[in-house]
Amino acid sequence: MAQALDPHAAIATTASGVETDDGPLRTADGMPLARALARSQTQARRRAFLLVLPLLAFVMITFVVPIGQMLQRSFYNDGFSANMPQVSEWFAATEPGTEPGEDGWAALAADLQASAEARTIGVVGTRINYDVPGTRSLFTSTGRKVRDGIEPPYREALLEIDEEWGDPVLWGAMRQASTPLTTNFYLASVDRTRAPDGSIEQVDPRQRVYVMLFMRTFWLSALITGLTFLLGFPIAHLLATLPTRKSNLLMILVLLPFWTSLLVRTTSWMVLLQQQGVINDILVWLGVIGNGGRLQMIYNQAGTIIAMTHILLPFMILPLYSVMRTINPSYVRAARSLGATSWTAFRRVYFPQTLPGLGAGALLVFILAVGYYITPALVGGSSGQLISNMIAMHMTDTLNWSMAAALAAILLGSVLLLYWIYDRLVGIDNLKLG
Amino acid sequence: MALPTYASPLERIWHWAYLVICGLIFFFLIAPIVVIIPLSFNAEPYFTFTEKMRSFDPEGYSLRWYRSLLTFGMQNPDATGTAFWADTWANAKWVNAAKNSIIIGFFSTILATFLGTLAALGLSRPEMPFRRPIMAIMISPMIVPLIITATGMFFFYSNPCSMLTVFGHSGQCGRLAGTYLGVILAHATLGIPFVIITVTATLVGFDQSLNRASASLGASPRRTFFKITMPLILPGVISGALFAFVTSFDEVVAVLFIAGPDQQTIPRQMWNGIREQISPAILAVATILVLFSIALLTTVEMLRRRSERLRGLTPQ
Amino acid sequence: MKSILITTTALVGFAATAGAQEVNVVSWGGAYEKSQVEAYNKPFTEETGITVNMIAADNPATPLKAQVEANNVTGDVFDIEVSDAIRMCDEGALVEIDPADLPAAPDGTAAADDFIDGALQDCAVANIFWGTVIAYDTTKFEGQAPSTAADFFDLETYPGKRGLPKNPKRTLYLALIADGASPDEIYDLLGSDEGVQRAFDKLDTIKSDVVWWEAGAQPPQLLADGEVTMATGYNGRFFDAMVGEGKPFEIIWDGQYMDMDMFVIPKDAPNPEAAMEYLKFATDTQRLADQAKYIAYGPARQSSASLVGMYQDGKTEMAPHMPTNPDHLETAVMDDPEFWADHDAELSERFNAWLASS
Repeated sequence: MAQALDPHAAIATTASGVETDDGPLRTADGMPLARALARSQTQARRRAFLLVLPLLAFVMITFVVPIGQMLQRSFYNDGFSANMPQVSEWFAATEPGTEPGEDGWAALAADLQASAEARTIGVVGTRINYDVPGTRSLFTSTGRKVRDGIEPPYREALLEIDEEWGDPVLWGAMRQASTPLTTNFYLASVDRTRAPDGSIEQVDPRQRVYVMLFMRTFWLSALITGLTFLLGFPIAHLLATLPTRKSNLLMILVLLPFWTSLLVRTTSWMVLLQQQGVINDILVWLGVIGNGGRLQMIYNQAGTIIAMTHILLPFMILPLYSVMRTINPSYVRAARSLGATSWTAFRRVYFPQTLPGLGAGALLVFILAVGYYITPALVGGSSGQLISNMIAMHMTDTLNWSMAAALAAILLGSVLLLYWIYDRLVGIDNLKLG
Repeated sequence: MALPTYASPLERIWHWAYLVICGLIFFFLIAPIVVIIPLSFNAEPYFTFTEKMRSFDPEGYSLRWYRSLLTFGMQNPDATGTAFWADTWANAKWVNAAKNSIIIGFFSTILATFLGTLAALGLSRPEMPFRRPIMAIMISPMIVPLIITATGMFFFYSNPCSMLTVFGHSGQCGRLAGTYLGVILAHATLGIPFVIITVTATLVGFDQSLNRASASLGASPRRTFFKITMPLILPGVISGALFAFVTSFDEVVAVLFIAGPDQQTIPRQMWNGIREQISPAILAVATILVLFSIALLTTVEMLRRRSERLRGLTPQ
Repeated sequence: MKSILITTTALVGFAATAGAQEVNVVSWGGAYEKSQVEAYNKPFTEETGITVNMIAADNPATPLKAQVEANNVTGDVFDIEVSDAIRMCDEGALVEIDPADLPAAPDGTAAADDFIDGALQDCAVANIFWGTVIAYDTTKFEGQAPSTAADFFDLETYPGKRGLPKNPKRTLYLALIADGASPDEIYDLLGSDEGVQRAFDKLDTIKSDVVWWEAGAQPPQLLADGEVTMATGYNGRFFDAMVGEGKPFEIIWDGQYMDMDMFVIPKDAPNPEAAMEYLKFATDTQRLADQAKYIAYGPARQSSASLVGMYQDGKTEMAPHMPTNPDHLETAVMDDPEFWADHDAELSERFNAWLASS
């Protein structure tokens, strides 16, 4: 069975048949060789694919589809439309900007009452609150009052409960929410909002956060990548040029942090960097700083930068090292013998050869840094928080899951772009661990 | 790294400066990990070296934080003998966390290693179609920010059948969040890239003609796999498995999002501890984990060298 | 395909079935959790054989809301603030609790009359009163000690970092009090844009010197570690550090924020019977009084008050440490659950934006 399926076996069989037969090449059982080859190749492809299939299905089900479903929330939110059917219908039937007549008010009142009774009014209010901050309570408190019934004329009745119901901005927001598809969460993730007339404008300066946080995330990741390069390059070079026995020994110093729990390393930095921590104690003891002038190195950006540089350093060293080990030292020697100074030889001959490793390391560190969550959450204070922390906050604290999904989509988009570049430049097959 | 004989004095100075710089960077890498070990024996609830510790006074050191790992959460910490150990085993929070971490790590590793090795074998066949995109998808759990993965999993594991609505299923079938199975599946997903990477790396150096030789000598594919392929890629499989285990053993974000009260793992317990009351008990756990990673690192290094020797990659 | 669906359904269903007799209680961690373990859980397990899993959260209302929203409730009893209890009850997420089911006081007074006003809600039963107060490290201010909320914002006279909670509820009011507002106008101010802005302006004056905390156990720890010289936090936690561990802290009662903690049971709780049993057990007269033996929080039952005596060390009188002590109530701000049920979301949003834009 195995022999018949193997393309090489097929060739071997025909090779012996060539001597006796004329016409097209045939296998021993008389099938044209080209067809036999094609068939056995298809079978080989299928068998290879079948080996991969279980894992592919597993990853699709537990990873790709769940993330896709989550991202769907960034543009699909039926919190209003599903729970306020009548007024949503009214919006669909009228032109944008229509002044609500008694039919519109009646639909609104009926929906509010039904929603309050079904205890979904909180969901409805939350949805509108995303676009018009401060209106959640308008829905819940009105809901409490109309739960047991409301009398026409509805316009007057609702305005009696709260004048805010007459606000055109509120009606504009309800109109937008009356269809579940929305781009508002993406607009909000770049600090934009939709004005009542439908145009897009920047939000109040006091509320602009996300653009700044994205910028900070990318800037800090770039900074950390740069720092890992500065610290990683000499180490990788040393390891690559030392005799194997010595470099294997020193390699352990790089690999041990790599294998040590992320939380352990973060804890260590907390212990070291605290105001009453080891580093400050040593500095005070050495007399560099006074006891009152202890340095604030944690719970701010400095904490995030130091800890993340340490944690990501091995990801820079390892690819650099594996490239540097393959560089032939005779090139540098040749440059020196031709009269180059050691600096020129390094700059013009050695360094360019390390670029593949540098590119791989830098991209990997940057990709990992952009998505970091644990370390900034523990040592970052408020100025060292990254966009991941904002996603986590919307997931667990404010429960604005659509917003979390929109921010996640943007972050994921940029990471996948970098991943694609990495694949083109380095090839994922070349990813090495330890 | 010897200096060439023609080096100028300036180059000599630079060379020594370079070695000093490297020494400092190594110090930066390793010091944070080493420093917590003595601090975990602190007799006082501080994170710094006390007067007594600095003068190596035995009174400055104690095992109280290690003891507290056993007693924290016990019903009756003053019990003695078997009662103490039975209580610890049943109730101590860190002991329970360790049990959970090991159970979850073990099963997720088995799953990831089995599926990952199978896929790596397929991926390294020259006939494999769509090799690059498939590889990219399988490595992506390592690349996609954990918070995004965990968020996606949070919704999926809360209601795993919601994706079946397209097939006409009701979309309701219980949940995986808050169950061991859920955490195991999540950790398996996160561990898979490591298995794929290490096993395909081993297979790069694998001589496919060995398989053909075996086949031509009449061995069945199964026999070929177990007698020829498996022994050669085993070091890669084991290090992949160790990576997968460590990934699970160290994972906290997915646990925060999908684990229930019964699945408190060591990292989860550490996360609580660090955010709340970072007592030196955390350092005692950290010390144990560092020793654990040293053991793992040694195993992986030995495997790697054995594998390279077997495949004749390093002439030693 | 069908059989696969059935198998997955069965498998997932099997995985979801919970263990034996147990109840998952989500509470606030740290010293407070310890007091509940001693006063409620241990006697409860002894009496009923039901094991209690304590789960710590920074604020248990957060996981509760997330669990309800995701249709994935894993906790049975949650210890949450009044405003959250009202809001979640409004949204239909909580089991309604009939006061008649609760144990009567030892003298036979019905629970409905025994609990202090506001301590019984449609879906919630209060266990304790607690205060958010300022505490400082006495070793840091040897000359002149701070004594008012305004001193908290005075970085010149009282230098050092400040610890504040990362939420609007327990920061904005303090800024207003420190800015000279009187306790009874706080909610009017917070209801208006100008008032909120005034609070943020005041907070801006110390923003760069604030260490933000999230879990109740952090502020005493920050003080003990010397990371901050003054912090606001839950009075019981400071009490625990001062009396229990002998830390050199002092509490400023001026501008305390008083609130109640309530036990609630979510509708889809995995162990509803055990949860109800736990809730009844934990809110009887003796248990509430017992808890005060371990932490300085005031019991929510009138009948418990007379049973409260000494701290567990047997020599510290509890009364002067209680947030409910009349001396501590003169400038206290009382929690307004209705206000926060309606405004928490929007003020949180504004607070987070303010916090992130440094």
